[in-house]
Amino acid sequence: MSWNRKHLLDIESLSPEEITTVLDTAKAFKAVGERAIKKVPALRGKTVVNLFVEPSTRTRISFELSEQRLSADIINFTAEASSLKKGETLKDTARNLEALNTDFIVIRHSASGAPHFLARVIDSSVINAGDGAHEHPTQALLDMFTIRERKGRIEGLNVTILGDILYSRVARSDIWALTKLGAKVTLCGPSTLVPRQFEQLGCRVTYDVEEAIRDADIINLLRIQHERQRKTMFPSLNEYSRLFGLNKARLARTKPDVLIMHPGPINRGVEIDSQIADCERSVILEQVTNGLAVRMAVLFLVNGGKGPQGVSG
Amino acid sequence: MAESTVILNAAAIQRALVRIAHEIAERNEDSHELVLVGIQKGGVPLASRLSQALNEIVGHPVLLGRLDVSMHRDDLDRRLAPDVQPTDIPFDITGKTVVVVDDVLFKGRTVRAAMDALNDFGRPKRIQLAVLIDRGHRELPIKADFVGKNLPTSPAESVLVVVDEPGRPNEVVLEKP
Repeated sequence: MSWNRKHLLDIESLSPEEITTVLDTAKAFKAVGERAIKKVPALRGKTVVNLFVEPSTRTRISFELSEQRLSADIINFTAEASSLKKGETLKDTARNLEALNTDFIVIRHSASGAPHFLARVIDSSVINAGDGAHEHPTQALLDMFTIRERKGRIEGLNVTILGDILYSRVARSDIWALTKLGAKVTLCGPSTLVPRQFEQLGCRVTYDVEEAIRDADIINLLRIQHERQRKTMFPSLNEYSRLFGLNKARLARTKPDVLIMHPGPINRGVEIDSQIADCERSVILEQVTNGLAVRMAVLFLVNGGKGPQGVSG
Repeated sequence: MAESTVILNAAAIQRALVRIAHEIAERNEDSHELVLVGIQKGGVPLASRLSQALNEIVGHPVLLGRLDVSMHRDDLDRRLAPDVQPTDIPFDITGKTVVVVDDVLFKGRTVRAAMDALNDFGRPKRIQLAVLIDRGHRELPIKADFVGKNLPTSPAESVLVVVDEPGRPNEVVLEKP
């Protein structure tokens, strides 16, 4: 057992053992989700704030259900209907929430580093639910869980991340987790969205999609993040689909046991052909199910890290 | 320097388990209602050995499960998160006599958590408790139905039960600080 952190802020600072601890713990929580009674009292009497300053549906729903299944009380706080719109700072918002005696704050924010900032100014445990283009640690953990469950291991696998890497926090967190666990990571996409600098993180960068997917055990597709692009990074979605989209012809040239992953929401006909999203090699919906187990595990572990022996970070 | 005393050796452990199996069979006339559930981790290998002994006595296989109680503990915010082990109860416990098996009965809090956890799987007709060692110092009104050995201890001592661990002899050891 190796977890004594009070917060989950990123994957970058986690050790391979800590990542493995989350995955092992999540296995037990996945079993809870398969029972008739899907609830355990582990966080009974604890209060969790879901502070979603940037809009989110799937991550927020996944966190909410995870918290409910751990018997926590929940406050949902979204930017659209909040005091942040009235000019309150993030710090003041968080401290006001904490004055309600909260124990955990799950934060989604468009600014990179917002969870780290929050962890410094409040006493609650902070869990990063996505900060700007920086990290999305629970997504990476659920991706690792899904890969390990399907393939039995992560070490030595060829994992290709295809799409908008530059604006993707999922890509960054996945790269950290995969390289720490010994996978070989290849990044591919339009050169404007896949800068060579990513090679410094221990990845291979290629702009040849055929070569990128040929030996892949896992193909992780990323959506084009229109909302984060300040200028047009490629001519058209149609062209992107033609050059980089995963279609039937391309899939035929991959390993027969390749797994297709996608953090969602998928854009059918852009990064992935409709039939492929629903084919047997696609584990996209399993990722959603596993997300619950992983988020329950993170909350459970972080709760222990708040104890007398727990350290911050 | 810590001082260790072997309380039970491998043969004594096996004798105690066989006796407990006979007591379980004697207490529960309808052996088809019986199921065994070992508490992770120490109760699991004991429940497995107990089921083998019980199968021979009653003449048919007794269902065997394993239960992790981490998520039902009452001290989760006072300690680092426990190492969660698999829970595996591949049968309906409703209407059954569930014999919960653990290695050491001490404060009684693990058993309390186990009873809560079992509730999530169904409504047993009754729950009984079998332990290899009862070392006293209860903090809850809990009592074992079947005991391998009563062992008076001081709270500062620890009781180590080794059963079916690779490369180690089966034994129960009392360690004084």
